[in-house]
Amino acid sequence: MPWFKRTKKNIETQEKKELGEGNWIKCPNCDEILHRKQWEQNLYVCTKCDHHFRIGSEEYFHILFDDGEYKEFDKKVRSLDPLEFSDTKKYSERIEESIKKTGLYDAIRNAYGRVHGKECVISAMDFTFIGGSMGSVVGEKIARAVQRAMKEKCPYIIISKSGGARMMEAAISLMQLAKTAAWLAKLAEQKLPYISVLTDPTTGGASASFAMLGDVNIAEPGALIGFAGPRVVRQATGKDLPKGFQRAEFVLEHGFLDMVVHRKDLKDKLYHLMKFMHN
Amino acid sequence: MPKNVLEFEKPIIELEEKIEEMRGLSDRLDISNEISKLEKKVNELRNSVYKNLSRWQIVQIARHPERPYSLDYIYLMTENFTELHGDRNFGDDKALVGGFAELEGKPIMIIGQQKGRDTKSNIYRNFGMMNPDGYRKALRLMKLAEKFKLPVITLIDTPGANPGIDAEERGQAEAIARNIQEMTRLKTPIIVCIIGEGASGGAFGIGVGDRVLMLEYCWYSVISPESCSSILFRSWDYKEQAAEALKLTANDLIKHKIIDRIVPEPQGGAHRNHKEAADLLKQAILEELKPLEKISADKFLELRTKKYSEMGYWQG
Repeated sequence: MPWFKRTKKNIETQEKKELGEGNWIKCPNCDEILHRKQWEQNLYVCTKCDHHFRIGSEEYFHILFDDGEYKEFDKKVRSLDPLEFSDTKKYSERIEESIKKTGLYDAIRNAYGRVHGKECVISAMDFTFIGGSMGSVVGEKIARAVQRAMKEKCPYIIISKSGGARMMEAAISLMQLAKTAAWLAKLAEQKLPYISVLTDPTTGGASASFAMLGDVNIAEPGALIGFAGPRVVRQATGKDLPKGFQRAEFVLEHGFLDMVVHRKDLKDKLYHLMKFMHN
Repeated sequence: MPKNVLEFEKPIIELEEKIEEMRGLSDRLDISNEISKLEKKVNELRNSVYKNLSRWQIVQIARHPERPYSLDYIYLMTENFTELHGDRNFGDDKALVGGFAELEGKPIMIIGQQKGRDTKSNIYRNFGMMNPDGYRKALRLMKLAEKFKLPVITLIDTPGANPGIDAEERGQAEAIARNIQEMTRLKTPIIVCIIGEGASGGAFGIGVGDRVLMLEYCWYSVISPESCSSILFRSWDYKEQAAEALKLTANDLIKHKIIDRIVPEPQGGAHRNHKEAADLLKQAILEELKPLEKISADKFLELRTKKYSEMGYWQG
């Protein structure tokens, strides 16, 4: 008889769960390892530090529209290469490759649908398509989305995510700042609300036109928002940048945003704002 | 030889100086034949150089330190310029000048980006790089013009909006966006004149108008050739190549209807003769203003929106 007796059961090795390749995501902010399912359920936000991952138009449409149902319009508008621009690669080839790689036609998509029953038009940008840069197509699609909102007499929302104007369309892309601003002014004359949602990042030509012109400007936490990028500012001034410089919270503090909203609250917030401004 | 001479100007200026020298001798010697021969030669040389300028050479002329700046044009073109100051919010941006003036007796509002001529004045003018307060000052003056039904003339000459920490804190992006939007709806005619450098949003913040004029040797684009080179080729050394790719000259832009009219400059560029450059610009402005003043505000607003709506190239 042994002088001691095991009272607890041995640790049992359970059957090993297979977690396939690519099921884990590392948070770039806090290095936490997140499971893809959990991450998706949390709307692509880190469960530990609330870091908002960059997501695309498809994800936003699913998050915002009721039951993820929406009607996309003007889907196949695509860019031409009027300047025959070429750097390390021809612009025409770059477009072709980006279309193949992303399955998108340009850096913005337009959709019509309901948010908690409230009809609206939403344009959402895709950073994966040439850095979310604004060229002729982004300008034209925003113009058409405004026209659609005017036709439906409903509010309009843009979810910005853009590095700025598209260099490969040079001065033509610069003109899109006026094109988008002019159409938003027409929408305002119809007393239809325009809500701008600024996500990481929104800089350059996007922030210097439609993204800063909302009746209400909303940003996601931590989003980089500014005109000149932080690297440019640091280089030009030779100074250390203040803590949190050009982040959503900083921009809110300086008076250029109405609120910073967590992604899980975005849909409710948009709905309430639309209700206040449009009955 | 003058202090600021561009590489491709050198042979021309050398010849011109030689002619001057010979003129000094001509009361003692009969060399009028030689002089006229040389004059013919310098004309031919000038024509061949200026007809075949590369885009980068045009950028260099646009940045010539002796080029007329906004205030030079304002004083040479208008009478009774009455400068106004401040944005009524924060301060008075010295990189943007503006006020009432008379153009051939006609009251106007004229605003322009102002560079300095030397280190001291360049620091005072912040090299023509505007802060948010400058855009808000410009908007305030444009609103004033709208209220009193004065046409607005804007002069563009900037290497870009100021990329400073304070500029960002005070909302550079919002200031430019607001100006662009307000300018699309301003109920008074706007004539935009690019007189030097037109760098990106910094320039476009006072650049929306019914008619956009551009002097012959200027550049206007979404980015400077140097920055474009550093982004595309990770080095500042490909600026010539970047300038070519960006198609940033008046001849390029008129093809895409980004500008409406090219204003000729005096032989050799505006820096060679300020008075003549100002006269040429003044004449063009007067010609463009006339038809605009005949149409109703609603009509030109509609045309302005249409003009910008049609900009761009897409299919589908």
